[in-house]
Formats: sequence, structure tokens, C-alpha cells
Amino acid sequence: MQFMLLFSRQGKLRLQKWYVPLSDKEKKKITRELVQTVLARKPKMCSFLEWRDLKIVYKRYASLYFCCAIEDQDNELITLEIIHRYVELLDKYFGSVCELDIIFNFEKAYFILDEFLLGGEVQETSKKNVLKAIEQADLLQENTENIYHSKSIIGYKTAY
Amino acid sequence: MPAVSKGDGMRGLAVFISDIRNCKSKEAEIKRINKELANIRSKFKGDKALDGYSKKKYVCKLLFIFLLGHDIDFGHMEAVNLLSSNKYTEKQIGYLFISVLVNSNSELIRLINNAIKNDLASRNPTFMCLALHCIANVGSREMGEAFAADIPRILVAGDSMDSVKQSAALCLLRLYKASPDLVPMGEWTARVVHLLNDQHMGVVTAAVSLITCLCKKNPDDFKTCISLAVSRLSRIVSSASTDLQDYTYYFVPAPWLSVKLLRLLQCYPPPEDAAVKGRLVECLETVLNKAQEPPKSKKVQHSNAKNAVLFETISLVIHYDSEPNLLVRACNQLGQFLQHRETNLRYLALESMCTLASSEFSHEAVKTHIDTVINALKTERDVSVRQRAADLLYAMCDRSNAKQIVSEMLRYLETADYAIREEIVLKVAILAEKYAVDYSWYVDTILNLIRIAGDYVSEEVWYRVLQIVTNRDDVQGYAAKTVFEALQAPACHENMVKVGGYILGEFGNLIAGDPRSSPPVQFSLLHSKFHLCSVATRALLLSTYIKFINLFPETKATIQGVLRAGSQLRNADVELQQRAVEYLTLSSVASTDVLATVLEEMPPFPERESSILAKLKRKKGPGAASALDEGRRDPSSNDINGGMDPTPSTVSTPSPSADLLGLRAAPPPATPAAPAANLLVDVFSDGPVQPSAGPTPEETFLSELEPPAPESPMALLADPAPAADPGPENIGPPIPEADELLNKFVCKNSGVLFENQLLQIGVKSEFRQNLGRMYLFYGNKTSVQFQNFSPTVVHPGDLQTQLAVQTKRVAAQVDGGAQVQQVLNIECLRDFLTPPLLSVRFRYGGTPQSLTLKLPVTLNKFFQPTEMAAQDFFQRWKQLSLPLQEAQKIFKANHPMDAEVTKAKLLGFGSALLDNVDPNPENFVGAGIIQTKALQVGCLLRLEPNAQAQMYRLTLRTSKEPVSRHLCELLAQQF
Repeated sequence: MQFMLLFSRQGKLRLQKWYVPLSDKEKKKITRELVQTVLARKPKMCSFLEWRDLKIVYKRYASLYFCCAIEDQDNELITLEIIHRYVELLDKYFGSVCELDIIFNFEKAYFILDEFLLGGEVQETSKKNVLKAIEQADLLQENTENIYHSKSIIGYKTAY
Repeated sequence: MPAVSKGDGMRGLAVFISDIRNCKSKEAEIKRINKELANIRSKFKGDKALDGYSKKKYVCKLLFIFLLGHDIDFGHMEAVNLLSSNKYTEKQIGYLFISVLVNSNSELIRLINNAIKNDLASRNPTFMCLALHCIANVGSREMGEAFAADIPRILVAGDSMDSVKQSAALCLLRLYKASPDLVPMGEWTARVVHLLNDQHMGVVTAAVSLITCLCKKNPDDFKTCISLAVSRLSRIVSSASTDLQDYTYYFVPAPWLSVKLLRLLQCYPPPEDAAVKGRLVECLETVLNKAQEPPKSKKVQHSNAKNAVLFETISLVIHYDSEPNLLVRACNQLGQFLQHRETNLRYLALESMCTLASSEFSHEAVKTHIDTVINALKTERDVSVRQRAADLLYAMCDRSNAKQIVSEMLRYLETADYAIREEIVLKVAILAEKYAVDYSWYVDTILNLIRIAGDYVSEEVWYRVLQIVTNRDDVQGYAAKTVFEALQAPACHENMVKVGGYILGEFGNLIAGDPRSSPPVQFSLLHSKFHLCSVATRALLLSTYIKFINLFPETKATIQGVLRAGSQLRNADVELQQRAVEYLTLSSVASTDVLATVLEEMPPFPERESSILAKLKRKKGPGAASALDEGRRDPSSNDINGGMDPTPSTVSTPSPSADLLGLRAAPPPATPAAPAANLLVDVFSDGPVQPSAGPTPEETFLSELEPPAPESPMALLADPAPAADPGPENIGPPIPEADELLNKFVCKNSGVLFENQLLQIGVKSEFRQNLGRMYLFYGNKTSVQFQNFSPTVVHPGDLQTQLAVQTKRVAAQVDGGAQVQQVLNIECLRDFLTPPLLSVRFRYGGTPQSLTLKLPVTLNKFFQPTEMAAQDFFQRWKQLSLPLQEAQKIFKANHPMDAEVTKAKLLGFGSALLDNVDPNPENFVGAGIIQTKALQVGCLLRLEPNAQAQMYRLTLRTSKEPVSRHLCELLAQQF
């Protein structure tokens, strides 16, 4: 897989993950072009399209589009299920995930993705194993977070 | 703000995100962001040390701002600080920031690498995974240099945790893809293959991807993976749906792993070991069988996962292309999908069938679905699916169904999406030509194409129809009649006027007997279109008119009247004006005999790959047209359609295509070869048949906008016998690729200089001091003898005084398949900037061919490398400090930036490479002396690569100003 983009029906980019080195300018150009192309497609159309020399696989979940670019010899259907498994992982972690969860907890969305896909390839397909890794991390986080909890409120009040 | 259940997020961040979301306008958003950036900047710069939590929060805010599409140019240092924290949560955010916002700051990379190194050595699996994820996400060369050697160790270490192994495998894959040279092969590779046997399915899943990538480059080293992959696959495929627990996905056992294993097997031919092969075939059959079983779930995920494995299985079957039974079963399975209610499956079935169509075992089975596919072309609502259907029709086309498919595609063209019209036009044109049983059908089809989609009919297409009509006299009369009728439509496409004008100019006489298409009628029909046409078309029509004067003397007065009109003779367009003036003079000055000679019917075109096919390939990328290209499943097509050769009974001029196909062994009865390759003899021996000594018809056809028209007659009249000596003014300009070809030889001395379908020119050379010797090898790639073969070296401009080249004449005939050698002795008299030209002329099957290349002799060939110490270098560098002595170029890298390759190129360029001179070890420094007879030129050079920016800076200092600039330009093109 070369990259994965999550964007809203309004065309707002919610998450981007690039597995090939590209300049920021190129990334923005690709994003603009693809968001436009995918949003222009009608609901019943097929989930795959040829784009440049890549294949685009996309699927819409509620207000959010998940869009992957894969290479010529890659398998479209299994990519569609990569998207679905990622949605399941988000759903399980956030508890009926919605677009807002991803906006406000974008860093978590990245962490989950890194456990599932690495370098553009599937690393771990077991839902249990991925979530175990994330929950372990959260556990570590809570232990340290409690110390800061009171501080964070103070910090908040003075900062704004 | 949503309730976040987990991980107790950072409140300040959430508030900021809310603020941004509440902004009513873009301006308000930017204002809010700038305020926040200022705030963060002041916090980071403030005297008070920030605690880890605040740092994390601010870095997160920066990240969010960056993801909104704004540039972030600070915060990297704080992120690096977070990396080195031993609090997991801070470290994690630090890594995320670095992964998303890689910066080219090398100072920073060193710090990051340090932190990564510590985490990799920490033996804490969570930290190790974070570090590996970061390397995999960034994947830069610097990281590769730092870690490529460590990661294989972590991957195969007995005590690594499974999750670490998984990350290590994919991390290594990313590094290998980015810079394969950095990953050392070794003892670990054998152990990696054995990860296919690992107990942990996740480890296997990650490892297969790595192995697949590695074995593509080193298939022999990884051969043992075949049997391991087969046995793993077999265990998965035959497992019950619950056996694999969490690796079962909607009742499908390990679909991701299965797909990856099937992909791995596609790197190899079918297993040689009969037992392994048997087991594999059994697996493939099981997958095909399961496709027929009722679904275990109604969920689309179930069917997608199951079919993902099925399609990958079919890909493997097609890849092997050796099991007729499986191929036919695959085809039947895809046939079922063609009518499936899921659009996705229909799309994939059409796509997959395209490849099946090119296998001789399944071609017939694919053809049985023709009606369904045609129906898909007509009824699918999604253009991408229709496109696949058109592709498949193209792939399944053969003699038996060509008429049906071509007519369906033509019908589709009328309503096709604009985006794919040109491609459909190309496909129809190719199929019509390839499978034409009678050429009247072909002509009808192409004219229909022009009628339906004239705007999308590219030059290649209408050029091609002219080539074919010119080469086949059995269709010329029909073509003339048909275009004449087509032109009668009140509005016809300009391309139709072009084709019509050309064909009537050549073959209008064949229909002139009919009073309805008598010469005056033909002329006035064409001329009625004249004023509506573009300049190029009008120029073509003028050529048609002069040809009419020859064909039909009775039209002479009328046409001269037209040519004489002020609107022609004083036309603002110089081409039109010139044609009008020259044609008018020609028609009044020349005798009937001369006129008949000059305006003789065009000779047949030499056969070559259809330019349309080449265009389709360019459009679709390699492999697109291969099914037809190979023609392997329709061997009988060769004799009629393989080439466009005229049937023997009607040939007047020998057709080169006949021999290209090897069907007619006798060499063409061309003019007997002149004893010496003398152009004068050449021209005379041609006699009146070939009046135009300029470009061959073939070249004109390709290189000009319009089909061949007689060469400027004025020139012909003024100078009927071209000069015998092919001086510089007499040879054509170098071919467009000449510079590119020359560039290939700046840093090397041997290789293939040029190659086309007829001729290959190889070169081998050596240079010492100011002398050089070059061997040129001319290979005849055809089976026909080249006649009057004459390669000459020409010195344009001042070059004669700068470079002396002595050549020996080569034999004037080059037999089919033979090679001749020519030796060149070269002496560099003084510095020179342009290379000599090599002009090659010969006759092939009666047609003159000529070709001009740049001889790969560049100034740097006369370099003598010079070793010197750093001190000397800098002293000389300073001495050459006049502004004109220095030439500098900053340019983007065109090739991957590999230090070893760069070194080799610099050495090939001829200079010595000096180590330990430049304080920056990444840079290259070289020195040498250009040796010429008259003088020596000392040269110093410095090349500074910048890997992050993918740029180079090249500086040259020499004692002679034009030399600096010239060498700088030559060398800059090499990287």
C-alpha cells in the first residue's frame, strides 16, 4: 500500500498515512485530486478505480471516506477488508466510533494504525492482539497521567 | 466535545480542537492557529522549563495544526526531547511527531537516531516497537545507514518478542525498499525464511511480506520458501473455520496471510518437486471448490475475504499458465461473477478475465462470455466497469469475433465517456487492422471512427489507414470510392478531409471513369471543404491539387486558377504560400514527363510496428497491448494480417514486410548494389522512381503533421542531382534522441549507441592522452541485405580544426543478420564543445534510410586523472578564481542518490577522485587534465549531494572558461 487517507464528506482530511516518500507539495496535490475524484462518485459505483498508475480502493463509513492507494499487483478485495478491519479496531477502541472520535483523538487513530499496518503491509490481523498492544500502552499512560491530572486543569485555566 | 472514554486525553488539546471546529470562517481559523502558534513558541522559548506533559500537549497541538495543512517549522527539538523521555506516553507522542513531520535537519536526525538506538537496546518490547515503527514510518536513507545492520539481528534473535519480530520484519522491508544496498544479506536470510513456520500467525503475516520483497531480487537465495509457503497455505486452506481463532475473519481462515502466501508463490515458476506441486494444486482446487459452497455468512466481509483469496488463487493459476484444467475452472468462476449483483465483483472478474484471455488454454473459454461482456459495455452504470469491459473485449478479440466486437465498440463509442474515447478509438483501429479479412471492411471501420469520433482520432490512426491503402492496391479503388462518398456529407470532420484529400490525390483516377466522380467533381468536392480547414489540412489539399494536375490534365487550368488566386500566392502562412508558388511554377514549367516523375504515386511504406499499437502502449503502460502484440494464440494470422504486405501478385515494388515475416525468402529484387557507396550512383540508380532525395516517406510520415507530399519542387527543379559528397549541409539533422543517446556515453565507453527495428549500432572505444580509437559495430537486424551502406563522420562548424577523425570505409552491403565493424582514429587537436555527427545511410528493400547520430566523443574523453593532496587542491582551486573560470550548476537528482554509483560515474567521466580533501565526507572532489594537441586544460571539480532535498551542486573550475561550462553541463546530466 502506498498511502491511506481518511476524509469527510465535506472533503476535510482527517487522517493521512504515507508509506512512500513524497514531498509535502506532492502529498497535498494527491490528496486534493483524490478527494475530488472519490467524492464525485455515486454510491452504487464500484469501490475500485484506476488512478495514475495506482489502484484506488475506497469505502464510505457514515460521514467518513477511507481511501487506500495500492499497487498494480495488489489485491483489491483484501484491501477493502483492511479498511474494514481498521474501522472495527477503531470501533472497538472508542466504542461505536464516529468521525469526532478521530478528530479529537487523532493520535490514537495513528497509534492503532501503526499496530495494524506497518510500512504499508499488514502487520497483525488479530483484533485481540492489536487492541492488547494499544491497551497496554494506555495502561502505561494512565499510570503516568494521574500525576498530571490536577496540573492539567491548572494549566488549562491559566493558558486560556 | 465528545466523551473520550480512554486514555484521559489532553484537555488543552481538546479545547483547541473545539475552538478550531467552532471557527466560522477560514480567516477565523487561521487567526486562532496563529495565536496558538505564538503561544506555543513563547512557551518553548520561555525561561521556565516545561514539564513533560505540557511539552507533549504543545507538540500534539503542532501536529494537529500540521495535519490541518499548515506548515510547521519548529517544535522538532521538543519532540526529540519527548523521544528521549522514559515515560511511555511522552515518548509515543515524540515518535508520532517525528514520523509525521520528518525534517531534513541532519543535526536532528542524529539526535533522533540516538534515541532510537537507545530504545532498540532497551529490551523493553513496547519501546522497541515504537522505535521500529518510527524507522518504518520515516524510512529515510540516514536511518537505513544507522539501523539496517541491527534490525535483521533483532528479527531473528531467539529472545525477541513476537510483536517485536513483526515490527522488525516490516521495518526491514521498508528500509530494503528504500535503499536495498544498505541491507546486508547474510546468515539471517535463511532464518527469515523459517519464520514461515512460526507458531505465531502474526509473525508469519509480517514475515511473508518481507520475504516476498527479498526474493524478487534474489530468487535463488530464497527458493526454500516455496515448500514452506505451500505447506503453510495448505494448513490454512484445509483448516476448519474456527481453528485459527482470532485469525479467522468472518469465517474465512487467515485471509490476509493466504493472499500474501499466494503472492509469494507468484514470484516463482510452478514448484519442481512433484510432491510440493501436488499439494499446491490440491490447495488451489480447494479454494476453487469452496467458491461453489454456500456462504457461511451473509455479511459482505465474508464474501470479500473469501473472494480475495479466490482472486489471488486465480492470479497464481494464470501466472503458472500450465494447468489447463485450473485455467478453465478459473474462467468459469469468473464467468459467474460477471453477472453478480456486486459491482465490485463484476469489475474484478472483467479485469481478471483480461489476463486469462491471453492464455492459449483459456482463450476459448473466455470467448464464450462475449455476450455478457458486450452487455456490460452497454448497461454498466459505472464508467470504470465499462472501461474494464472494453479492455476485455479487446483482449478476447480474434479472427472469429472481430467483426462483432469492432461493431459493438463502434456503437459504444457514440455514447462513451469523453475520458476513454481516444483509447477506444485506438483499440478499434488496432483490431480492425489486425483482424481484417478484407480491407474494405478495414477502410469502412476507420472512416466510421472518423465519422463518429473524429476529434479523438489521433494522427497515428489516420496515418495508418493511408499507409495500408498505399501498400495494398486491391483496396485502393474501394478506398477512393468510399472517401468520395463520405466527403459528400455536408459536415464532415477535418480528419476525413485529410484522409480523403490524400487518397483522392493518389488514387482518384481509379474512380474517375464514373461521371458522378469525374475529375472536376472530385476537385470541386475537395475544394468546397478547403476554406473551412486548418493550415495543415489546406497544405495537404494543395499537394492533392498538384497531384490532380498530373492525374487529370483536364483540371490543370482550374487548379492553376486556384493556385494563382491572391489568397494563395500571398497567403500570410508561409507554408501555404510556398506550396502555392512552387506548385504553380512546377505545373507551368515542367514537361509532362517531369511532372509524372515528380508526382508519381507514393511508394509502399516499409513495414514496422503499427504506430497505433505503440501509442496505445504509451497510453496504458507496458503490457497493455501485449496480448495482441504477441499474437501467440492466432498463429494463422501471420500470413494475412501479421503485416500489411501487399499480396505478391500485385506487388510492383518489393515489400520489406514480406521478409520481416520470413515468409518469402528471396531477397528483394532491388537495384544491384553499387560497387562503392556513392550517393551519386545511388540517386541515379533509383532513376525516376524516387525523385525525392530528402527524408524517406517513412520519416516524413512520422515527423510531419501531414502525410507525405512531394518535396519542394522548386528545389528539385533547381538542383536535380544532389551533391555527391555528403557534406554537413547534406545530412539530416540528428535524430531527436541523439542528445539522450550521447549522454549515456559521457561516463562510459562501450554499449549500444542506437537501435531500431532495422539496425543496431554498438560502440567500443578507448582514449589515451589526446588520442582515441573507436570501434563501431553495425548490426543488420533484418533478414534482408542492406545496400549502399555508408556510415560517414561529419564535423559540423569549427570542429574540423578541433578534432581529427579518420575512418575506413566499410562494405557497402550488410547481409541480413550480419554485423560490420568500422574503426575510427580520433585525435583531439584543441578543446571542442560539440561532438562530431555520424550519418548512416543505406537502402533497405528499395527504400533509402538515413539516420544521423551524435558520435559519443565528448571533451571529457581526453581527461587524464590527476592525484593531488588536499593542500595542493585548495591552492589550485584558489588560483582558478576568476569568475569565468568557474561554472556551477544546482540540479535535482534524476537517479537514486547512491554514493557508489556516483563514484563510478565520476571515475568514468575521467577525473581522479580525491579522498580526504572535502571536509564533508558526503562530497566528492576530483581533478584531472584535459589533453589536446594544442594545449592542456587543468580541471578541478566538486560535487555536493544533498540527499534530503534530492539535489546536487556541481562546481567546476578550469583554466579555460568555455571548458568549465561545457564540462559542467555534460556532467550535470549524469546524475
